[in-house]
Amino acid sequence: MSYVLIFLALLMAGLVWWLIKQTINLQPWTASANTEAVRSDGIRSVTRNVPLPRTKVALGVFLAVVTSLFALFVSAYAIRMEYGDWRPMPEPTLLWVNTGILILSSVFLQMAWNAAKAGNLKTVRFGIAGGGALAVGFIIGQVLAWFQLTATGYSISANPANAFFYMITAVHALHMAGGLIALGRTVKRVYGAEEAIPKIQLGVELCAVYWHYLLAIWVILFGFMLNT
Amino acid sequence: MSDVTHDALDYVPPLEVEEEELYHAKTWLGKYVFCQDAKVIAIQYSLTAIGIGVVALVLSLLMRLQLGFPHEFSIIDPSNYLQFVTMHGMIMVIYLLTALFLGGFGNYLIPLMVGARDMVFPYVNMISYWVYLVAVLVLVASFFVPGGATGAGWTLYPPQAISPGTPGIDGGIILMLVSLALFIIGFTMGGLNYVVTVLQARTRGMSLMRMPLTIWGIFMATVLALLAFPALFVSAIMMLLDKLIGTSFFMPAMISLGEQTSFDGGSPILFQHLFWFFGHPEVYIVALPAFGIVSDVLSVHARKAIFGYRMMVWAIVAIGALSFIVWAHHMYVSGMNPYFGFFFATTTLIIAVPTAIKVYNWVLTLWRGNIKLTVPMIFAIGFIFTFINGGITGLFLGNVTIDLPLSDTYFVIAHFHMVMAVSPVLVVFAAIYHWYPKITGKFMDDTLGQWHFWLTFLGSYAIYLPMHYLGFEGIPRRYFAYGETDFMSASAADLNAAITIAAFVVAFGQLFFFWNLFISYFRGKEAGGNPWEATTLEWQTPHTPPRHGNFDDLPLVYRWAYDYSVPGVEQDYVPQNVSPAEAENLGKGGGEQPT
Repeated sequence: MSYVLIFLALLMAGLVWWLIKQTINLQPWTASANTEAVRSDGIRSVTRNVPLPRTKVALGVFLAVVTSLFALFVSAYAIRMEYGDWRPMPEPTLLWVNTGILILSSVFLQMAWNAAKAGNLKTVRFGIAGGGALAVGFIIGQVLAWFQLTATGYSISANPANAFFYMITAVHALHMAGGLIALGRTVKRVYGAEEAIPKIQLGVELCAVYWHYLLAIWVILFGFMLNT
Repeated sequence: MSDVTHDALDYVPPLEVEEEELYHAKTWLGKYVFCQDAKVIAIQYSLTAIGIGVVALVLSLLMRLQLGFPHEFSIIDPSNYLQFVTMHGMIMVIYLLTALFLGGFGNYLIPLMVGARDMVFPYVNMISYWVYLVAVLVLVASFFVPGGATGAGWTLYPPQAISPGTPGIDGGIILMLVSLALFIIGFTMGGLNYVVTVLQARTRGMSLMRMPLTIWGIFMATVLALLAFPALFVSAIMMLLDKLIGTSFFMPAMISLGEQTSFDGGSPILFQHLFWFFGHPEVYIVALPAFGIVSDVLSVHARKAIFGYRMMVWAIVAIGALSFIVWAHHMYVSGMNPYFGFFFATTTLIIAVPTAIKVYNWVLTLWRGNIKLTVPMIFAIGFIFTFINGGITGLFLGNVTIDLPLSDTYFVIAHFHMVMAVSPVLVVFAAIYHWYPKITGKFMDDTLGQWHFWLTFLGSYAIYLPMHYLGFEGIPRRYFAYGETDFMSASAADLNAAITIAAFVVAFGQLFFFWNLFISYFRGKEAGGNPWEATTLEWQTPHTPPRHGNFDDLPLVYRWAYDYSVPGVEQDYVPQNVSPAEAENLGKGGGEQPT
C-alpha cells in the first residue's frame, strides 16, 4: 500500500496546506461591507491571478481520482508480486512501438495547444486530429499486443503477472477511450470554428493535459512492468 | 461585531455578473424526470436512497426475528440469514447513507448555501443520479437471480465470497460487484460537481471561512470519497476477474468440496487491505456531513454561534486526512505484525482528538444558548449522546489487545451501530425536519416528530446498549442460531428477544416519520421563507421552495454563517447577505423582516 500512501500523503499535504493558507489568520466572525476584500473566487491561476475555469479545476480533481485508482493498482501489484507464484512475463516489442505512438500523440496535442495559444487554427486542427488518430492507433496496438501474448501462451489466468498486465493495460486503454470521446467533441468544435476563441483554447488545453497525463501514467506502468 | 467600523455608504451594489446559461427544461420529462436542477436531483437521490434503505430496514427486522425467536420462524434459513446480513450492511452504508448525505443533502444544499445557481456541471450531475439508480436496480436484481443475493458479509471477504458454501456465489456476488462499480462511477460524476462547485462557484463574499459547516463536512467527505472509492473499485474489478475469468488475485490455492480449485497463490489479505483502505474513510464519508449538518442545526436552534468555528473546520480537515492511515484497525484479527498493529492503534487513537474537539464544541455551543427544543434540535442533541457512546467504545476497540477478544462479538455490532448507524441517521432526521420547510414550504408536524424522536432514540438504546453486554459475554456475531452452548447464559436468549422487540418498536416509530413526511406536504403549517430565523443563504431565497436558479440576483455575503445574538443588533440573527449598515436597523422595523 506504500505507493498509494505516498500519493495520498502528498495530495493530502497539498490540500491541507492550501486550506490552511486560505483559512489561517482569518477572523471569520468579523463582518465586512467589502465583499471584494475576501477571497471568494476559488482557486486562481498562478500566472494571471484570475479564477481558474471550472472545467480546468474539474479536470484536476478528476486526475487526482484517476491517480488514486492507478496508485492502488500499482500497490496491489507490488503486494501480490511478493508471493511465490509470481512469474514475470515478457514484454513484446510491440509495447515499445505503442509507447512511441503515444508519445507522438502527446506531441501532436502539445503542438495543437501551442497553436491554439498563438491563434493558428489550421495547426490546431492538424495537431488535434493527428493526436486523436495516433491515440486510436495506440489502443489498437495494445489490443494487438494482447493477442500476441495470448497466442504465445501468456493467458490472463495463467499467472498473476499476466492478470495484472491485462487488467492494468485494459483500464489504461479505457481511460484513453474516454479521453477520445472528449477529444472527438473538441475536434468537432475546432473544425466548426472560425477562429481560436477562448473556449476552443481551453478545450484543446484540457485534452492536451489529459493526454500528457495518460502518457505519464503509461510510462510509469510500463517501467514498473519492465522492472518486475 | 460592535468593533467593526463602517458607515452607511459602505454598501456595495451588486456586481454586474455575467448571466450564466441555465438549463431550461422544455418538456414535462425534462422538468421532473431527466432534470438537471440540483434540487430535483437531490430529491430523486433522497427518495431512492430512503426507498432502498427501507428494504435494508426490513432485512434487519427479519434477522432480528431469527435471533430473538430462533425456533419460531421457519421462513428464514441460514442462507437467507447471511444474505440479509450482507445486503443490510451494504445497502445501509453505501446505497443509503453515502447516497443520501452526498447525493441528497449535497445536491440540495451546496448550491443554495454557497450562493450558486446550480451545480457547475448540471448534465453530469443528472447522469450521476441515473447511474446511481441503475446501481440500485442491479443490487435489487441480485435478490432474484438463481442462488439469490450474496451472503458473504458486507465486507465480501475472499475466498469465501466466491467459494462454494456461501450463498449467492453465482449471480449474487457478480451483481453486487457490478452494482458497486456502477455506484462508484456515478458517485465520481456527482463528486466532481460537489468539489468544483464548492471551490469555484461560491458567490461574492463567500470565502471558505464563511461557509457553513454543513458545506465543509460535505466538501471534505466528497474529497475522501473521490479518493477512497477507487480502492473499492479496484477490489471489485479484481474479484470479478477472479470469479469470472479464474485469475488468482485474491484466491489462494485451496481444496473446495474435496477438489483442488484452479486458483493458486492469491492473497485474501490483499483484498482486506484494499477493502478497508476504502472502508475506513467510508466511515468518515458518512460522519463528516453529519458533523457539519449537526453543527448548523445546533447553532440555529440554540441561537448561538457555533463554538470554535475555526477549530471545527480544521478538525474536519484533520479527520479527513487522518482517516486514510487507520484502515488496518479493521484487520487486527488477520494476524498482522504486532508493530503494524501498534502503528494503526496509535493513529486510530489520535483521530479521537479532532473528534473530541468537535464534541466539546457542540456541547459548548449549547452552553447558555437560548435553546429551542424543536424536533430538529432534539434529534441533534440525541446525536451528541449516541455519538459519544459509540465513539467511546471505539477507543476500546482501537486497541489491539482489547479488539482481539471482542472483534467477533456483538460488542462490535453495538459499537458501529451506535457510531455509524444511529448517529448519522439521527442527523438525517434532524436535517429533514430542519430543511423540510425550505424544500416544501410547510412545517412537519411537531407532535408526530416528538413521537418519532423518542421512539427512535430510546428504542435505539434499548437495541444496542444490551448488545455491549452480549459482546462482553462473548456471543459471536454473524451466527444464525446459537443452539446449546456452555458459555452463553440463559439470560442472553431473553436479552436477544427483548432486543428484537425493541427493534420492532423502532421500526414502528419510523411510520410516524413517513406519515409525517407525507401528510405535512399537504396539510403542514405554512412555514414561510425563513421559519427557523437562520442566517445561511438557503433561507434567504426569494421563493420557497426555491425556484430553478435559486436566487434572483446572486446574494452578496458580508459575514459568516453564525451571526446569532450579535451584540448591538436587536434582531437575534443577522443573515449572511445583510451588510453591516443594514444590520443596525434589523429588528427596528427598518430591516428586512422575513415572515
